[in-house]
Amino acid sequence: MSKGLRIRRGATINLKGKAEKIIQESAPSSTYALLPDDFFALTPKMHLKEGAKVQAGTPVFYSKSNPRIQFVSPVSGTLKAIVRGAKRKILEVIIEANGTDAITHKVGNPQSMKREEIVALLLESGCWPFIRQRPYNVIADPEVTPKAIYISTYATAPLDVDFEFFLKDQLEQFQKGIDVLNQLTSTIYLATDQNYRDGFAKIENVNQIAVSGPHPAGNESIIIHHTNPLAMHEKVWTIRPEDVVNIGLLFETGQYAAQRTIAVAGSPVGKPHYIKTKIGAQIAPLCEMTQVDTQTNLRYINGDVLTGRQTQPQSHIGFYNNLLSIIPEGNQYRMFGWMPFKDSNIPSLSKTSFSWLFNSAKEVDTNLNGEERALVVTGEMEKVFPMDIYPMQLLKACMTGDIEKMEFLGIYEVIPEDFGLIDFANTSKIEAQEIIKNAMYLMLKEVG
Amino acid sequence: MSFIRKKLDEIRRPFEKGQKWEKFAPAINAFDTFLFVPNHTTHKGAHVRDAVDLKRTMITVVLALMPALVYGIYNTGYQHFIQLGGVFTFMDAFLHGAMKVVPMIIVSYVVGLSIEFAFAVYRGHEVNEGYLVTGLLIPMIMPVDIPLWMVAISVAFAVLIAKEAFGGTGMNILNPALTARAFAFFAYPTYMSGNKVWVSEATTLDGVSGETILGSLAAGQEVSYTTMDMFQGGIPGSIAETSALCIVVGALMLIATGVASWRIMVGGVIGASIMGFLFNLWGANALMQFDWFNHLVVGGFAFGIVFMATDPVSAAQTEKGKWVYGILVGIFCIMIRVFNPAYPEGVMLAILLMNVFAPTIDHYVVEANINRRKKRWAKAQLKTA
Repeated sequence: MSKGLRIRRGATINLKGKAEKIIQESAPSSTYALLPDDFFALTPKMHLKEGAKVQAGTPVFYSKSNPRIQFVSPVSGTLKAIVRGAKRKILEVIIEANGTDAITHKVGNPQSMKREEIVALLLESGCWPFIRQRPYNVIADPEVTPKAIYISTYATAPLDVDFEFFLKDQLEQFQKGIDVLNQLTSTIYLATDQNYRDGFAKIENVNQIAVSGPHPAGNESIIIHHTNPLAMHEKVWTIRPEDVVNIGLLFETGQYAAQRTIAVAGSPVGKPHYIKTKIGAQIAPLCEMTQVDTQTNLRYINGDVLTGRQTQPQSHIGFYNNLLSIIPEGNQYRMFGWMPFKDSNIPSLSKTSFSWLFNSAKEVDTNLNGEERALVVTGEMEKVFPMDIYPMQLLKACMTGDIEKMEFLGIYEVIPEDFGLIDFANTSKIEAQEIIKNAMYLMLKEVG
Repeated sequence: MSFIRKKLDEIRRPFEKGQKWEKFAPAINAFDTFLFVPNHTTHKGAHVRDAVDLKRTMITVVLALMPALVYGIYNTGYQHFIQLGGVFTFMDAFLHGAMKVVPMIIVSYVVGLSIEFAFAVYRGHEVNEGYLVTGLLIPMIMPVDIPLWMVAISVAFAVLIAKEAFGGTGMNILNPALTARAFAFFAYPTYMSGNKVWVSEATTLDGVSGETILGSLAAGQEVSYTTMDMFQGGIPGSIAETSALCIVVGALMLIATGVASWRIMVGGVIGASIMGFLFNLWGANALMQFDWFNHLVVGGFAFGIVFMATDPVSAAQTEKGKWVYGILVGIFCIMIRVFNPAYPEGVMLAILLMNVFAPTIDHYVVEANINRRKKRWAKAQLKTA
C-alpha cells in the first residue's frame, strides 16, 4: 500500500564533503554526554549527583513536567560532571565511560503486550524521548494516544545522511520497532525515498509514502501536511529511523542500545564517512577518524547546516542527530560583495547570482552575506516552503505574538526546522527559525 | 584590498561600541558595507546564508533603471533641440539632458539620504538600501523643468510622511517615489501639467508644441506620433517614462533576476488591455477611441507598472494577490485616463489607490487560507466526536 508524494517547491543545496558510503565502528569514546538543550522546552531534574556510578540504562535525569520521562546513560561508567550555564541551567551531563554493565529489562513479544505495558517499558528503558509530539516537537506525552506516528527515511537537508544505506542491515530490528509502535497508535506512516524500492519500502504494517522532491520534502511537517494534516487539538508523534531500530533492539535484547550512526560531513572533512557510535559520543575522536584539522577555524554543527546546533570538538553528539556538519567559519570581509552576479561560487537561490547555473557541489562558510534588514522582498519564502501556509504572514503574526492569528495561519503544523531554508534564502536575513521557536515557547506558555 | 580594509578599520574605530561616536555607527556602517560585505557570521538559525542581500536586490533594480534613465537623459536634450530647430548630434542632446537631469538626481539623493541617515542614527538601526531606488525613481518621473527646490521638498515629504512616519523601509503603505510625485502634482500643478513643462527650457521659447500625447487627447487635439514613436520614446513626457522599449529592457532584467514580480507586470498589462479594448468598443471620445495597444506604450503606464507597481512593500504580498493587484492597477489606470481629463495620466493615481487596497487584497487571500484550515479542523472534530 504505497502512496506517492511529489513536492515541487523547495531547494536542494549541493555542498562539498558529502559522507562516503563507508561505515566504520568507532573506538569507544572516553566521555559521553546528554545535552538537555536537545529537547525542546524540557526542564531537567537530576536523579544523580556527580561521581555516581551508572550502568548503561541508568536514569540520569528526568523531566520536571512529567517525572515518568527519564533520560538514561548510554554507557556504563561514572557521572563525571554536570556542566551548568547561566542561571544554573544544565548544559551537559558528562559520563566517563568504564566497563560494560547494562540494565536488562524483561521484554516480551510486542504483539502480545498491552499498550500500557509497552509505554511503561519504553519510559523505564529511556527509549521514550525518541518519540516526539506535534505540535511543538516536544517529547511525547505518555498519556496521549496520537492519531498517527510518522517516520521519515527521506533525508533531504544539505549533506544529510542516507538512512537506506546505513540501516540496510538492521531492517529486521526496524520492523520489530514498527511492531512495537503499532501498539501505540492505529496508523504509522513511513516516508521513503521514491528512488529506493528495496529497503524500507518492504517494511510491513505501515502506510508507505514514496516521497520525491527537493528539501524540505523529507521533513516530517511537510509529509504530515500533505497526507493527514494536523487539526487543532490533534496530536501526532514522530520518531527518527535509527531510533525505531533502537526500540527494536530493546525488544530483542532487553537493553537500551543507544546506537547512533553519525555521518561526519563538510568541506573541511578529509575523509567524510559514517561512524557507528553511541548517543552522546565525544566529537573530537570522530574528527580524528575523519581527518578534520581541529586547529583551523571551523564551525561544528550537531545536525545539518540549516537547522543544527553549534557545538565544539570537546563537546558531544546530540540526542537526535545523525549528522555532524563541519564547515569553515566565514568571518572575513568580501569586497563589493553586493554586486549582482559577483561571487557566484556562494550557493544562492536568487537569480541575482549565477550560482544556479552551476550544479556542482559548493563550498560554503558561515558568513551572513549581508546584514539584517526589514522585510522587503515578498514571494521568496513561499518558493522554499511547500505547504499551504503563508510563511511570511505566519512569521509576522509570531513577531507580534498574536496567538489567535498564529493558530489560524498554521503554527500547529510547523516546527522551527521547516524554516531552515527560509533562514537561508531570505534577502532580509530574518531569523525565521528563532522567531518560530520563540512563538512556540509563547504558545506552550499561553495555550499549552 | 587589505590596505583599504586596514584604513577603514582605523577610520571606524571611534564609532565602535563604547567609543565617542558610537551613536553615529549606522552612518559609517552604510559606507563601510558598500565597500565590503561585513565579516559577520551566523549566530542563530541557519548556519549558512544565501549570497543575496537587500543591497544586491536594490542595486539590481538600479541597473534595470539604467536603460530608461540614459534614454530619458537623451530624450530631454532631443525634445529641446527639435523645438529649437537646427542641427544637433546625439552628444549634444545627451549633454543637454545630463545638465538638466543629473542635478535633480543629486538633489534627490542628498536630501533623501540625509533624512534616511538621520533616522537611522536616531532609531539606532542600519541605513536601509531602499532609498537607492526611490532616490533615482523620483527625478525620473518628474517633468524636466521642475525647479530643484521642488524636487527637494517632494523628496523630503515622501521620505518623512510616506516612509519614516510609518516606521521606515518595509513598513510604508504608499510607494514613496509616487508619493513624491503626487505631492509635487498637487502642490505645484502649474509645473506638473500643461504644454510647456515637458520640454526643457520651453518657457523661453516661442510656439512650443510640447503637449504630451495624453494631454493632447484630453484636450481633443490630433496626435501626430505613430505607435512606433511612442514605443521607441522620442516623445514629450516625464524624464524617463517615454521609452517603452528601454522600460521593457529593464522589465526583462527584473524578471530574469526575479527581483520584481512578473505577475504584477503581466496582470497590469492584461488589465489595461482589457479596459482599453472595452473603451475602444464604446468609443465616445478621442481618449476612448485611442487604440488599446497605444495605451500600453504611451504616458507613464509602462514605467509605472514595471518599476512602481512592483515595489514589494506597497504592492500585494501574496502571489494570488499580486495578480489581482496588477490587473486592477491596469484597469484603474486606463479608467482614470479616460474619465478624468483633469489628470491625463492615470497610472500614478491608479498605483497609489491600489497601494492602499493591497492589504485588503492580501487579507482576502490569507482569509481564504484560514477558512480552508478552519473547515478542515471542523471536519476532524466531527470525525472524533
